[in-house]
Amino acid sequence: MAEPRPFSVTRLPGFTAIAITAFVALYLPIITIVVFSFNALSSMSQWGGFSLHWYREAWANDTVQEATIRSLLIATVAALVSTVVATLAALGTTRQGRFRGRTAIYALINQPLMVPEIVTAVSLLIVFGAIRQATGYQGLGYLMLAHSAFCVPFAYLPIRARLEGMDRTLELAAADLYATPLQAFRRITLPLLMPGIAAGAMLAFVISLDDVVITEFVKSAGQDTLATYMLGQFRRTLTPEVNAISTALLALTLVLLTGFFLITRKRA
Amino acid sequence: MTAMDQPSPADQAIAADHVIKRFGDGDSVVRALDDVSVTIAKGEFFTLLGPSGCGKTTLLRCIAGFETPTSGRILLSGRDITREPPNRRRVNTVFQSYALFPHLTVAQNVAFGLEMLGKPRAEVSRTVDRMLSLVRLDAFAARRPDALSGGQQQRVALARALATQPEVLLLDEPLSALDLKLRKEMQSELKRLQHETGITFVFVTHDQEEALTMSDRIGVMSAGKLLQVGPPREIYNRPVNRFVADFIGETNFLPALVEDGQVRLTSGEVVGQGQGQGRVTVAIRPEQLHLALPGDGGAIPATVEGSTYLGTDSHVQLRLVDGSRLVARVPSQPSGDLALPAGTQVGLRVAPGAVQVLAD
Ligand SMILES: Nc1ncnc2c1ncn2[C@@H]1O[C@H](COP(=O)(O)OP(=O)(O)OP(=O)(O)O)[C@@H](O)[C@H]1O
Ligand SMILES: [Mg+2]
Repeated sequence: MAEPRPFSVTRLPGFTAIAITAFVALYLPIITIVVFSFNALSSMSQWGGFSLHWYREAWANDTVQEATIRSLLIATVAALVSTVVATLAALGTTRQGRFRGRTAIYALINQPLMVPEIVTAVSLLIVFGAIRQATGYQGLGYLMLAHSAFCVPFAYLPIRARLEGMDRTLELAAADLYATPLQAFRRITLPLLMPGIAAGAMLAFVISLDDVVITEFVKSAGQDTLATYMLGQFRRTLTPEVNAISTALLALTLVLLTGFFLITRKRA
Repeated sequence: MTAMDQPSPADQAIAADHVIKRFGDGDSVVRALDDVSVTIAKGEFFTLLGPSGCGKTTLLRCIAGFETPTSGRILLSGRDITREPPNRRRVNTVFQSYALFPHLTVAQNVAFGLEMLGKPRAEVSRTVDRMLSLVRLDAFAARRPDALSGGQQQRVALARALATQPEVLLLDEPLSALDLKLRKEMQSELKRLQHETGITFVFVTHDQEEALTMSDRIGVMSAGKLLQVGPPREIYNRPVNRFVADFIGETNFLPALVEDGQVRLTSGEVVGQGQGQGRVTVAIRPEQLHLALPGDGGAIPATVEGSTYLGTDSHVQLRLVDGSRLVARVPSQPSGDLALPAGTQVGLRVAPGAVQVLAD
């Protein structure tokens, strides 16, 4: 007797073909870039053998070096600031019970996810422009501030998920064993929250590293990050140097995201 | 009332004084505790017993400080602690889910309270060692809680709560997650620990047998009210009302009439002495009913309706002449055969003093 089979999308006609097409469309361009970053020739169509030439070239380029340092600096600051803000926001929204206006608070925290990036970019351009005029300050602070702000929701999500999954009885047990609220937080809540915080920081770092639109609008002259430098290169002559930078950036992102998944998967 | 019912102020460990706890407001208000007053003596093993939702956990949470009573007071050794936060009360809790800190080792879990109290390092490690040997977990000090069995986790929770030598230990159904064998083991383990530490235990359960075997005194709760407080024998033999009689053990309820201190069943027989006047309900435990020959002097005539074999004894369902039904518990004979088919006419004797006249 045949058992009735539940609906399965894998049995639809053409499923395999569609799946393969989708994967090719997603990954072929990336694979091409990675492969050609190791090309000995400066061609994007002809393979001239394996070489690290373009990596050496990119690394010897002062502009690339500076942009890399700038990118890492901004991403580090943005990850730190946004993670601290996100942790406080997560504690505030999950540890107070239900309160009026909680949905409004969620909306506020997630604002950067909902407002089109270009709108945020233009607004920041105008506001920071005015501040620049008034104070004369030209430094990286504007970029750090902007990146910190739009990274908050990304850091917030894993931290909140972790907090919501945490057994509240543990905090009661700590209080029961004579811990003050601050001690209970430091000795129990914070250590248990750490994987969420680490995951949030990694995600924020990746998001900051990757940003083009807001950075392009906010940066002053000579403040290119890796991402905006690459965009600038496309406007001029295209060299496989960009392939090498892309591949390096991709590798760093992959490492961070793998870390993120390992941390969030452990102890689900 | 026995002397145990009202400990003198010097002997009081914990007391609830007219405690009311309401949850919610408007139409959805729940009276989780409805004017509860009880005084628990130092070194006592006190059990709160009652059906699900009757307010046992709420009372414990009020004592621990996780909940503030809507009105009334909580007293620790005679001192009002109603508004003190949990970390300032010398009261510890063994949670039903154990609530062990998963990122700390067994030893670190046990040390936690001592460290929070600012005890010197040497004293902390000495106490931790002593506690772990008290609960027989010396070999597990370096393990994480998730590498322990349920019974072992339970013992870590006990050691952790006992380490700081609280005045009162609260245990909220600590055994309900364990299987029967482990449960029996932990019951005697708990009694031993209480004996060795001399700490007052307030224990919550909805298992009446557990309550009867372990407690010095039992408080029976229903719908937020504390119905009766007393030693197990008193609760079992002198239940104050129908709820208590029904909740603890098996009981026959029969309508009766009280005249001049004589209790007369509606079928006509006088079965004992009792207070009160007029129509009442009486309770008679099945093991207090003995079968006799029909027509035996003074025996109540009854008809057998059926019987259930239970091993050490049998339950015999009986009907009296006025139609009321009851159950007698008859010890098994070596032959194993009761030989009481349905329809057999028998006589019933009620053991002297076995009739309880109930308040309602
Ligand atoms: N935080 C709360 N908010 C609203 N109602 C509550 C709250 N806590 C308890 N109650 C209600 O109070 C009543 C008593 O609850 P409590 O947890 O004390 O019962 P219990 O005797 O411990 O039951 P159980 O044996 O099931 O654990 C229940 O009706 C419960 O629904
Ligand atoms: Mg409960």
